[in-house]
Amino acid sequence: MGPQGLGLEITELRLGLPGGGGERSEKKRRVVCGGGGGGKNRDMDVVVVGWPPVCLYRKKSIQVRKMYVKVSMDGEPILRKVDLSCFQGYCDLGMALENLFHCHGIGEAMKEESESGEYVAIYEDKDGDWMLVGDVPWLMFTETCKRLGIKKRSDANGIVPCK
Amino acid sequence: MVYSLPEEVLEHVFSFITLDKDRNAVSLVCKSWYEIERWCRRRIFVGNCYAVSPSIMTRRFPEVRSVELKGKPHFADFNLVPEGWGGFACPWISEMSRAYPWLEEIRLKRMVVTDESLELISTSFKNFKVLVLSSCEGFSTDGLAAIAANCSEVMDLSGHWLSHFPNTCTSLESLNIACLGSEVSFSALERLVGRSPNLKILRLNRAVPLEKLSTLLCRAPQLVELGTGAYSSGIRSDVYSSLSKAFLGCKELKGLSGFWDVDPSYLLAFYSVCSRLTSLNLSYATIRSPDITKVISQCPNLQRLWVLDHVEDSGLNAVALSCKDLRELRVFPSDPYIADANVTLTEQGLVSVSEGCPKLQSVLYFCRQMSNSALITIARNRPNLICFRLCVIEPRAPDYLTLEPLDVGFGAIVEHCKELRRLSLSGLLTDRVFEYIGRHAKRLEMLSIAFAGNSDLGLHHVLSGCDGLRKLEIRDCPFGDKALLANVAKLETMRSLWMSSCAVSYGACKFLSQKMPMLNVEVIDENGSLDSRFDSCPVEKLYIYRTVAGPRSDMPGYIRTIDRDRVNTIS
Repeated sequence: MGPQGLGLEITELRLGLPGGGGERSEKKRRVVCGGGGGGKNRDMDVVVVGWPPVCLYRKKSIQVRKMYVKVSMDGEPILRKVDLSCFQGYCDLGMALENLFHCHGIGEAMKEESESGEYVAIYEDKDGDWMLVGDVPWLMFTETCKRLGIKKRSDANGIVPCK
Repeated sequence: MVYSLPEEVLEHVFSFITLDKDRNAVSLVCKSWYEIERWCRRRIFVGNCYAVSPSIMTRRFPEVRSVELKGKPHFADFNLVPEGWGGFACPWISEMSRAYPWLEEIRLKRMVVTDESLELISTSFKNFKVLVLSSCEGFSTDGLAAIAANCSEVMDLSGHWLSHFPNTCTSLESLNIACLGSEVSFSALERLVGRSPNLKILRLNRAVPLEKLSTLLCRAPQLVELGTGAYSSGIRSDVYSSLSKAFLGCKELKGLSGFWDVDPSYLLAFYSVCSRLTSLNLSYATIRSPDITKVISQCPNLQRLWVLDHVEDSGLNAVALSCKDLRELRVFPSDPYIADANVTLTEQGLVSVSEGCPKLQSVLYFCRQMSNSALITIARNRPNLICFRLCVIEPRAPDYLTLEPLDVGFGAIVEHCKELRRLSLSGLLTDRVFEYIGRHAKRLEMLSIAFAGNSDLGLHHVLSGCDGLRKLEIRDCPFGDKALLANVAKLETMRSLWMSSCAVSYGACKFLSQKMPMLNVEVIDENGSLDSRFDSCPVEKLYIYRTVAGPRSDMPGYIRTIDRDRVNTIS
């Protein structure tokens, strides 16, 4: 069926250079501030509905949260902070704590129920109880951990298991 | 003199013809073939539940055993279709319960299904075997409990509940509770799995802890497909050894999925099945590239791989080296709303896979940069592509090397991949890309366009050139009335057209509706009042589909079918 009688000729649809004259949508959606500027990980300035096309179920499953918690160490007046969402698991966390406080053995202490290592890592959970790091699945830990502490093993007799 | 074969012989011959399009062709040959064919058609697929009415279906095809229906438009997956739009399964299920007492299978996608409908299903069909609800809503575990309780023969059930299976049910073949948000009774699950020797597919939900997985696997070593629950545990548990022992026992396992909350140290537990795996879905596993690479390198027989962009280019290089049988690759974004990448996944990963995997047919790829040269390379490497969906995350992103539009790159894809059936575009695109698509993409059936084009000419190229086009979905493009009105006849050859945030006017919709009685032209406007629309007003969202059922009557107030007689529109 041709365009006759519709009052529209195909010849009205002009070939033009990209961005050249002719039809242009008056509706400009400012999606993202283009060009440079902005640091790493700047969020999209305007959230466009349904873009990128990721279905809701998937979006909910992989939500990224920042989880900064304070870390205190016996004898150290200055506390540190770590972002739990950056770590893959207990090993990562153990290494990071060892690096932050220059103390060995924290990671090992998490894994093994041994008496080696001078320090152990503990955390305060949502109920306000101080717990030994490493008992529960990692993600459950990140959800309940409110702050971390590094204690000398000799001071943590109450909760550190002995062989 | 016309000799004709006896009906029984013809019917027997027709029983070998399974494709809908062939069956449709058979029914057009002559009246008697039409009659014979309609009595022996057993499977019906309705791609748009509003294209035909339930009674039309049951009247023409009285002896159906399997029905598949789709409801909402695809863009409903991305929140572009408002609540209450429609897609109600109820009228279909009521009619089928009346007309098809021997119905065995019902498959519904993107439809609203109520508990009442599920109960009706559970009591209406004596021989019911398969219920599949994908991306459906509107029901609760009560409805599914009815299915479990009353359908003693149910063999394949993808759904949401569990503990109502009678103890005598031993024929279960497939159980999929992956979407279930809540915890299930593990003992009920264990008992059900234990008494189902035919269980081939088991997909658990996130709430099933890793500690329980080995128990289930030991009860079901015959599984072919497994979806794990959460895949991590406290660091001091000895889950690992029992898990790897359990996996060792699963000699038939070919597909793995699940892997929520993955702890990488447990990935090695399923190494024993890797060499047999044909399907691996790690798209919920936020593990880093080295761990993913380790797993993938152990899976030489992989045909389908779904993964997050944590796989990075290095992981995809490993895929290209190890997975020579790969047919389908999907790479999802781990952080879709951040503009700059925090993972090194670029166009290079896809290029590597296109080079290394000769059987690659289907691609879904989210990334943050793309170039024409990469697309051209991919097109040349893989002319056998059937489905190519590329999402460059930033809208209107140009070729990052030359800053030009990606027209030429996508043009190469459609030119080289002559069997391409599905294409999704992204990035900076002008009308030129549509010219290429119209010229070359003759087998294209589904096209998704966003933030692209300059003028109606772009849409015109697609509508006039893509002979096989069935579904067209467009958002945020400067396409207005002209292309639509110049191609009205085309719209009747397609299943549906969706346009949102474009430049189509209300007046054009009215005109279209008048001109084409076989189309429903539905206008969606959540903001204003549809009654006070001037002809020149642009419509917010437009959904046009062919139908033999006339305008539908189940729409919410913000949707109107433009009525041909120009009387007050139907609501």
